[in-house]
Amino acid sequence: MPQKAVEVILMRQLASYLAMPILLFDPAGTLLFYNEPVEAISGLRFDETGEIKLEELSSMLHLTAEDGSPLPLEARPSVVALQQKRASHAVFWMAGVDGVRRKVEATGFPLEGQGGRHLGAVVILWEAQR
Amino acid sequence: MKVTLWGTRGSLATPGPETVRYGGNTSCVEVCGADGTVLVLDAGTGIRRLGARLGPEVGRVDVLLTHLHMDHIQGLGFFRPLDQSGQEVHIWGPPSTTLDLRARVSRYLSPPLFPVRLRELPSRLTLHDVPLAPEEIRIGGLRISAALVCHPGPTVGYRISEDGATMTYIPDHEPLLGAVRLSSSDWISGFDLAAHADLLIHDSQYSATQYPKHVGWGHSAIPHVLEFAARTGVKRLVTFHHDPRHDDAALDRLVNEARSSADLPFEILPGIEGACFEVGHATRNQGQTTLT
Repeated sequence: MPQKAVEVILMRQLASYLAMPILLFDPAGTLLFYNEPVEAISGLRFDETGEIKLEELSSMLHLTAEDGSPLPLEARPSVVALQQKRASHAVFWMAGVDGVRRKVEATGFPLEGQGGRHLGAVVILWEAQR
Repeated sequence: MKVTLWGTRGSLATPGPETVRYGGNTSCVEVCGADGTVLVLDAGTGIRRLGARLGPEVGRVDVLLTHLHMDHIQGLGFFRPLDQSGQEVHIWGPPSTTLDLRARVSRYLSPPLFPVRLRELPSRLTLHDVPLAPEEIRIGGLRISAALVCHPGPTVGYRISEDGATMTYIPDHEPLLGAVRLSSSDWISGFDLAAHADLLIHDSQYSATQYPKHVGWGHSAIPHVLEFAARTGVKRLVTFHHDPRHDDAALDRLVNEARSSADLPFEILPGIEGACFEVGHATRNQGQTTLT
């Protein structure tokens, strides 16, 4: 497996030290890393899952709008950051593998490396309501 | 290819009787290809003596900067080829998001920090933002790959190959950042640069006891370098970028401790100013000599 870009390595390092939930995606949408605060609100454990492909992630985390309908892909900050390469913010409900439904706010932004390389995306979550 | 160390000190030139053997000059390494191609890795104070040795028979000189911290560029103004009318010189350095390399190097090579401006130098000088891997550059018979590594500000390491032999130069690097508790090599900064290199010249600035006070400063403790070298599968490791506080006796002690700390799967060599290394096929001489 090729080495990750140093910007991605350092982003993971930063995320691992911060106390707010942070998810780190590669350009293909694979969840490369999530920190311990994400574990606390999702029921996932990184040591057990490792990297998670986009399609697997959808079956693990169920994102819904206020009315309970599935959150459209184009409304997800991770997808906006990866596909449109811009920052966005959204409020939605998330049910993780622990079965608990939480209202979260999410901010996503693309990771642009030196030389204009698109390296993926970062999503920061805030738990708004349980 | 032949590799010569002209400056092995980190951070600050450290001349004096207590550093006379390892040397006090800051980072500068010469790489000579089989076809006579000359690369100069970094332009610390060691570059002055190297420049004095390069005669007119060298048609072109390429200076590859890892980054623009002062200990890696301070010798530029005293590099004789830059002052030779018509001499072809190329300077390569890491790209920045804001200014090109010429603008950034000019911050040092201009008053009040230096009396001569870059544009006033009589050599035929070209500056290049070095392309990052997977792109490569080819200079003479040497293939060069550059990649960003963990160190404050845009900083690259270089992987140089010729005819199946490889040397890697990462003088300022903190691979432990981002690699804590990781099992997978793809999360280690600098891994692809160093993988299976015949010779690795690597930052070895701190002892294990010094490192905790310098986390995030962008340098390595020797135990981290040993682990990095073992993980990347290099054949020989040269310690480099010595801390100015480490005199010859201290550096001898650190290297000896490293050698005895474990059954290392590579050879560890002290980065002594003037040391020369042949890097080539297994059938060639891979020995070490010393420049006088």
